[in-house]
Amino acid sequence: MVRFIVRRLIQMAGVLLVLSLLLFVWLRALPGGTVSAILGERATPSRRAALEAALGLDQPIYVQYLKFMQRAVRGDFGASTAVLPGEDAFDVFLTRLPATIELSFFALLIAVPLGIALGYFAARRRGTLLDSATVVFSLIGVAVPVFFTAFMLKYFLAVQWQVLPVSGRQDVSLDGTRVTGFFVLDGILTREWDAAWDAMLHLVAPSVALATIPFAVIFRITRASVLDTLDADFVRTAESKGLTAQVVRGRHVMRNAMLPVVTTIGLQVGGLLAGAVLTETVFSFGGIGQALFESFTQKDYAVLQVLILASATIFVVVNLLVDISYAIIDPRVRTR
Amino acid sequence: MRTIQKMASVAVVGTLALAATSCAESDRSEGGGSEETTFTFGAAGAPEMFDPLYATDGETFRVTRQMFQGLLGIEPGSAEVVPELATEWTSNEDGTEWTFTLRDDVTFHDGEPFNAEAVCANFERMYDQNKAGQVAAEYWGYVMGAFANDPDNSLYQSCEASGEFEAVVTINRSTSGFPTMLTLSSLAMQSPKAMEEGNANDIATEGEGFAFPEYAQAPVGTGPYKFVEYDEANGSITLEGNDDYWGDAPKSSELVFRVIPDESTRRQELEAGSIDGYDLPSPTDWAGLTDAGNSVEIRDPFNIFYVGLNATNNPDLKDDRVREALMYAIDREQLVQTQLPEGAEVATQFMPSTVSGYNTELAPYEYDPEKAEQLLQEAGADDLTLTFAYPTDVSRPYMPDPQQLYEAIRTNLEDVGVTVDVQTASWNGGYLDNVTAGKYDAYLLGWTGDYDAAFNFIGTFFGNLKENDFATSEYPWGKQLADDLQAADAIVEEGERATAFEEINSQIMEDYLPGVPISHSPPALVVGPDVEGVIPSPLTAEEFDTVSIGGE
Repeated sequence: MVRFIVRRLIQMAGVLLVLSLLLFVWLRALPGGTVSAILGERATPSRRAALEAALGLDQPIYVQYLKFMQRAVRGDFGASTAVLPGEDAFDVFLTRLPATIELSFFALLIAVPLGIALGYFAARRRGTLLDSATVVFSLIGVAVPVFFTAFMLKYFLAVQWQVLPVSGRQDVSLDGTRVTGFFVLDGILTREWDAAWDAMLHLVAPSVALATIPFAVIFRITRASVLDTLDADFVRTAESKGLTAQVVRGRHVMRNAMLPVVTTIGLQVGGLLAGAVLTETVFSFGGIGQALFESFTQKDYAVLQVLILASATIFVVVNLLVDISYAIIDPRVRTR
Repeated sequence: MRTIQKMASVAVVGTLALAATSCAESDRSEGGGSEETTFTFGAAGAPEMFDPLYATDGETFRVTRQMFQGLLGIEPGSAEVVPELATEWTSNEDGTEWTFTLRDDVTFHDGEPFNAEAVCANFERMYDQNKAGQVAAEYWGYVMGAFANDPDNSLYQSCEASGEFEAVVTINRSTSGFPTMLTLSSLAMQSPKAMEEGNANDIATEGEGFAFPEYAQAPVGTGPYKFVEYDEANGSITLEGNDDYWGDAPKSSELVFRVIPDESTRRQELEAGSIDGYDLPSPTDWAGLTDAGNSVEIRDPFNIFYVGLNATNNPDLKDDRVREALMYAIDREQLVQTQLPEGAEVATQFMPSTVSGYNTELAPYEYDPEKAEQLLQEAGADDLTLTFAYPTDVSRPYMPDPQQLYEAIRTNLEDVGVTVDVQTASWNGGYLDNVTAGKYDAYLLGWTGDYDAAFNFIGTFFGNLKENDFATSEYPWGKQLADDLQAADAIVEEGERATAFEEINSQIMEDYLPGVPISHSPPALVVGPDVEGVIPSPLTAEEFDTVSIGGE
């Protein structure tokens, strides 16, 4: 197991190194860039040249990359130019990360239990009207773009009926104390219950929007997987042995049916970031997703690099965790 | 398996214990009760930092403007220069030595006195920038030309405190920009003590951006509002009223800027009542916003939108008749009626009518496609092909929807037989680079004035022969125009200077035709139904100290 993890970690470092090089070169090959974004209409060739020289952009790309790597190993990723100007790009990532984790956590809190429960429920009542209804419901979840779901939720819940806030993470007038950067947790830790509650309310619509796709996917995989397992020989054997329905369902059906579901959840966690870019943008929810969008449009290369490398790392780590949990659920994986 | 379960339970218990014991202290400030009123404004982007010297964008200036003031101010609702921290100013005969009489009742937010020494400390601080600072202090570089390491190219020469409340600023040559440029937010007065303590000049480059010194996060000025905090995680900036302000106390005790990058979200926040206003609502929303009870405050236009021409790669354009044909080919009246917001005007020259030096006698070129065709034929350019470009992913106050404007203009050009080679690039993704590099024969661009000076418009466009987007060095008259502009700019007497600029404007439009000025569009800002006292500024330089909510 340890060797397996170490090997995976080494692989991960290689992936990140190659990605950093590709990313660095690719970003700088794009037309325009930081200098245009900063100067706007005021750009003249001499002012552009002065700024490029000051920022080191006039040097050959391999020199720029080596300098970048040299700084990066010291934990210095360059200053942001647009998202949080002046801050080190990694600090920007750290400032924005809690928001996305908070959002993803709540989205999963909705998607996973609901997806598994409904999936199991639908499979047990295969062919009934309820089954078809839930299947259609989940299809809508996959088919409708997150962007649209987010927009509709915002429009009706916040603008029309005004039961939820429109955007942002917390009402500024509450003057919430910041401890961890997770606003709900901060409110609880500092016993600012109104701040925690307000942060929760701000999370409802974005996390529901973000949850739609993972929910639908988890639901469908669970349903299919449970259906498969219900038909399996060992289930019939277990039943014929006279085991109670509870034991058959809990120990035999669910446990075996969960294998593909866990893999799916892992993949969905990695994919949440893609959804977060849209959801956070629609709800002006200041997380990684919004920062990604902003850094791309504003050519904030330092931040863009850190965010892409960090999300790649998260994706790889989550997949590693999935493999590990796989090994726990299915002992055969470990011995292989 | 067991070990893992054990580890997991240890982790869970550990986290819970940690959470229970490490209950953090709340650091909420005690609220001032019911008397507080907060004006909350939706900002489109995060401010760069809060030291206006290093600031370059409107989102930053909107915040710093509430805290800082210059020697000279702008009359709210106009572009007119009025006294602010200086009560009067006079110059010697050749306009190089300026004596400023200062207010004697002003203190900085940190309690430091505002006096002539503070003024000179500010000038010296702005002038004496390190390598990074010379690039970051863009506006100083733009108006003053250079810094302490290059005194020969610097407009600024020295500052001397000739009395407690009298400062003398010496400049190297006379220019229309001085002292008007002291109205720029970037050149505002900051507390010398706070700047020293916060190492305000210790700016550095870090990677491909700037790392700002401590001071830039804790700015100290003289204005009606004081800095409280910037909550980066929540994207909000809070300012509070300055009790010791020398002028009228601000109407709202607190000012909050919330960063909401998405425009439709800003609109919805306004509709939900969680913000009190935002800038640059899309012109298509104006009617809807007004119907919902909000007030859309339309500013006087202080900008110019034009079709720039560049003959570098297209010899046909060097023929005066070809450029004249383009003047007649574009139906500006219709563009203004159908594509631009209410209040937009057809441009007769490259600057708006509010700027002194505007030539009132110029009439717009009438839309006359037949004449255009005829001129093209005379010039032997009836098969004219233009690479004509517009920017994507951008909306500017003078150009709300570049693509739509482009389509209309393109149709006009095609109607007179011009073949248009459509080019496009995103604003930050190469468009501006290509314009400056002369890659397009024709392109859409514009300019919003920084302050009330003709040179800030036409000088920016044509005043620098070697570096301008119109490549005027390609034309026989390019050098003459640049020289005339520099000469006019150096005239000390205001009336005389205005006449010189009027003359140049008529030459540009009647003889030179470096591009096609299209329109001046009024940018708007919108505030909620119960907001009063917003004075829209043509320079988009609103000061919020007069704003109250609910008629209080």
